[in-house]
Amino acid sequence: MKVSTQWLAEWVSVTDAPAALAERLTLAGLEVDSVEPVAPAFSGVVVARVDAVEPHPDADRLRVCQVDSGDATVQIVCGAPNVRAGMLVPLATVGAELPGGVKIKQAKLRGVASAGMLCSARELGLGEAASGLMELHGDYQPGQDFRAAIGADDQIIEIELTPNRGDCASVRGVARDAAVLYESDWMPVDCAPIAATHEQGRDVAAVDPEDCPVFCGRLIQNVDAARPTPTWMQERLRRAGLRPKHALVDITNYVLLELGQPMHAYDDAQLQGNLVARRAAKGESLTLLNDQTVELDPACLVIADDQGPVGLAGAMGGAGSAVTPATRDVYLESACFAPDAVAGVGRRFKLVSDALYRYERGVDPALQAAALERATQLVLAICGGQPGPVRQVGQAPEQAPVTLRLSRLAALLGGAIEEDKVRSILVRLGCSVRQDGGDQLQVTPPSHRYDLRIEEDLVEEVARVIGYDHLPGGARTVEMRFGAVAEDAVDRARVHDVLCGRGYHEVITYSFVDAAVDAALSGGLPTVAVDNPIAEQMSVMRTTLWSGLVGVLKHNRARGADRLRVYELGLQFHPDGQDVRQPQMLAGLASGRRHPEHWDADQTPVDFYDIKGDLDVLMQQAGRALDCEAQPHQALHPGQSARLMVDGRPVGWLGRLHPAVARQLDLGPAPIVFEIELGVLLQGHAPAYEPVADQPAVRRDLAVVCDEAMPVGDLLRVCRSAGGENLRQTGVFDVYRGAGLPDSSKSVALSLIFQDKTRTLIDREVDDAVAGVRSALSTELGVGFRE
Amino acid sequence: MSEDLKQLHQDAASRIEAASDLSALDDVRVEMLGKKGRITGLLKTLGGMEPDQRRQFGAEVNAAKQALIEQINTRRAVLERAAIDAKLADEAIDVSLPGRGDGYGGAHPIRRVIDRISALFGTIGFEVVEGPEIEDDYHNFEALNFPPNHPARAMHDTFYAGQGSRVLRTHTSSVQIRMMEEREPPLRIIAPGRVYRCDSDRTHSPMFHQLEGLYVARGVSFADLRADLQAFLSAFFERDVKTRFRPSYFPFTEPSCEVDIHYQDLNGREGWMEILGCGMVHPNVLRAVGIDPEIYTGYAFGMGMERMAMLRYGVDDLRLFFENDLRFLAQFQ
Repeated sequence: MKVSTQWLAEWVSVTDAPAALAERLTLAGLEVDSVEPVAPAFSGVVVARVDAVEPHPDADRLRVCQVDSGDATVQIVCGAPNVRAGMLVPLATVGAELPGGVKIKQAKLRGVASAGMLCSARELGLGEAASGLMELHGDYQPGQDFRAAIGADDQIIEIELTPNRGDCASVRGVARDAAVLYESDWMPVDCAPIAATHEQGRDVAAVDPEDCPVFCGRLIQNVDAARPTPTWMQERLRRAGLRPKHALVDITNYVLLELGQPMHAYDDAQLQGNLVARRAAKGESLTLLNDQTVELDPACLVIADDQGPVGLAGAMGGAGSAVTPATRDVYLESACFAPDAVAGVGRRFKLVSDALYRYERGVDPALQAAALERATQLVLAICGGQPGPVRQVGQAPEQAPVTLRLSRLAALLGGAIEEDKVRSILVRLGCSVRQDGGDQLQVTPPSHRYDLRIEEDLVEEVARVIGYDHLPGGARTVEMRFGAVAEDAVDRARVHDVLCGRGYHEVITYSFVDAAVDAALSGGLPTVAVDNPIAEQMSVMRTTLWSGLVGVLKHNRARGADRLRVYELGLQFHPDGQDVRQPQMLAGLASGRRHPEHWDADQTPVDFYDIKGDLDVLMQQAGRALDCEAQPHQALHPGQSARLMVDGRPVGWLGRLHPAVARQLDLGPAPIVFEIELGVLLQGHAPAYEPVADQPAVRRDLAVVCDEAMPVGDLLRVCRSAGGENLRQTGVFDVYRGAGLPDSSKSVALSLIFQDKTRTLIDREVDDAVAGVRSALSTELGVGFRE
Repeated sequence: MSEDLKQLHQDAASRIEAASDLSALDDVRVEMLGKKGRITGLLKTLGGMEPDQRRQFGAEVNAAKQALIEQINTRRAVLERAAIDAKLADEAIDVSLPGRGDGYGGAHPIRRVIDRISALFGTIGFEVVEGPEIEDDYHNFEALNFPPNHPARAMHDTFYAGQGSRVLRTHTSSVQIRMMEEREPPLRIIAPGRVYRCDSDRTHSPMFHQLEGLYVARGVSFADLRADLQAFLSAFFERDVKTRFRPSYFPFTEPSCEVDIHYQDLNGREGWMEILGCGMVHPNVLRAVGIDPEIYTGYAFGMGMERMAMLRYGVDDLRLFFENDLRFLAQFQ
């Protein structure tokens, strides 16, 4: 909402400078975005009248004009196509300074003397229209200072209105609020009824007063719609951000800006019969002023004549009945449509209009007749014509009173405010206030305040007018309560610390990703698509965090990073019937050397076991074991792919990315990636003490010879189950392949550590246990032994 | 003392001093004091001497023996020390060479800010909670007092999913609802997390982070809200932050408020910058989750984490947070 301070000054007297006014409005909830002058600095420009226009002897496109500049007639050479005798224009006299530092001097153009320059609006910084001279329409005198004539020393305050303050979407509304804040009077513009000079006109009706509580209309006959809109009005429209069109449209827009009442002007000759506000029938359609044709149904409120819809109520009129400069009889509509009745129209038909903006937020239902009188006044003044009678149905619904307890106000704000002050603020806001015994006030809000419905709304009004920074503050009472701190929970910060301590950088990537990338990395899992993605490569919600991590790899590789350890915490999104499953995951990616470049470290590339070691540490922190089961995953290297298992349940994946996928995604050498449910890393154990065993431990080593494909995890599992209760620990201390072994087999050196809690084991007991392990290994897994 | 003994002692003493290593020293010891050593040999001659002579000569030989033993021990200590020194000198390294290891990674700056704010609110008893990012209309809008088609919805450029059946949450306020549905007052929670708005340019990211706060209990007032946020902002920035509280509008709070902080940039330009939105929980919201607004009141606030990180660390481009360039990330260890 752009408000001219000059226009505002006609409505309310505020002594503050525009910047101070802007600050005050902002602190009362009308947030001012900017305060800008309407015109840049220029000087030496006067109003002038072109008296005569002659062709230039030596230039086809120049004209030689005799111009009345007030005290003299001066000769000006002018190239503007629209220059003509009789027009009033701005003249930059010799010595004038124009925006951009242009200085006007005596000049000769192709040999003809020119004592100044006739100006376009653009040359004066008053608008982008450059097609010719700025023509002034109205009561202007040659010689008059141009800046004063058009009120160029004006500022525009741009207010970002919150959706609850539709009442401030007009000069009238802002003035009314300013009057409350400054405790000054406001001076509404004259909207006195204008008597009809004939009885012609159309009847108006509203099928449902819930949709359209008030509907007014009036016919004005014999207007001259081709008359130019006066410059003062054009300027006000322009300053408010509207483009002047022609008089009838400009007048309706002007009333909208001034009073906040959207108006519509019909070419009466295009209407048939009476006008009614009604729901559209299925199958009806309407071509709007913007040439868009909309298919209607009962969700749409329309204005219809006897032939059918002529306007989409509250949003836009129909093209067929639009006024033009040739319109002779104009029918003015001024109606109140309920916010609920127009809600959704904009989104549905992708329509934006100044009228809809106001109706969606609520237009004062007491305003229609006054606005119609104001519009009539302006039409008669500018276009002439004979007004008919005002036809009206409906009237402003009664406002329901709201109870305000001063005790509640004090409790909510945290400090009491005197009753007199509360009453005075509410009354100035236009409420009627009645004492209702005790600390209760019965407050009836004014018709324009759609947002004052409940007690809390009134509390905010009082607080807002006082200013939030000036409210009382009070002592507080706090109810204290311990929260739960589960001993078996691992704090999430520790997961971060482990990973950062092992050289990983945390990253945050978009949750919406490229569908093809996600499919390549998930093995084609179904995705949740974004209905309105901002870009094709952000069109689905990721089913694996790898979709974002590969982007981080690409970005950093392209910038010369040859070693990368990154991780991300976030949600995966999986369609789950009507629902979306959103498990929280930890994912990581490692590429490049095992260690950062170092004078004494090996340069081997990172491999599976490096990252498995990282995950082992995270699981040890949670006090549980992580098992890797060889399982294929479409995105992973077929021989380096593990399903992560915790307590027998799959919780994620670890492996090398499939080289084909790495190539498809242009990632360079395939990185190691992992993804694991965060929950399993955060679910730990509360410690429980066990006496420390002082008995000596006995270690025995076994060299198992087995097939290359035999998972060592299976060997360990059999050892543990066959080793008996004294087997405390098993380990792998060597894996050997090569000389001395059959082809495609390997030797795995296992350590078995035995210990009894209460006594020293004797050799025979340990021998028996080892024999049991050996026999289980050979019978269950068919492995041999090296002695 | 006999001349022979004296000569022998002197000879031994000078050879001890001259021994350049432990084995040379030991050779001297064996030659002089071993079983067949020369001093030992002299002691063996005592048996054939007259008692007087034996006493005197015996004393002299023993004194010489003792002196040599002491001298040998002293010399041995010197040589042992020298041997250790030599060994240590061999083991010397260049302590200035870089150490081994994979180095420290680091937290993402957004998480760092979230952790910092969580810790600050933790000190006054707020607990961190989370909620889903794909939400239903009810939790994202309706329960928060956004009627269908209300213009307030247009303030959120919403991403839809599942043919309109779901939204990507436009704010963390949805977590307020979930928490109030699950728990009873008094409630003190903060909910950080990702949120989504269909808007992308230099100053808008389609995904960003908010942190929501909610305090519902008996007697919570707007004055508490102002006091807590003022104190929080000063604690977060570790300086006295000048603020202003400005009326605003959110469907789920009444009164509603936006908080600006005062800034002065490097060029000396001053102004106010919006930093968070807040207000008293709207009674319709409390009723929607079955809390009686006549008994309990509450305040809620929400703030953008990217903006907080930008202000706190001087980051001047929003896009850096999601590019994850290592050279950027490494600055937030």
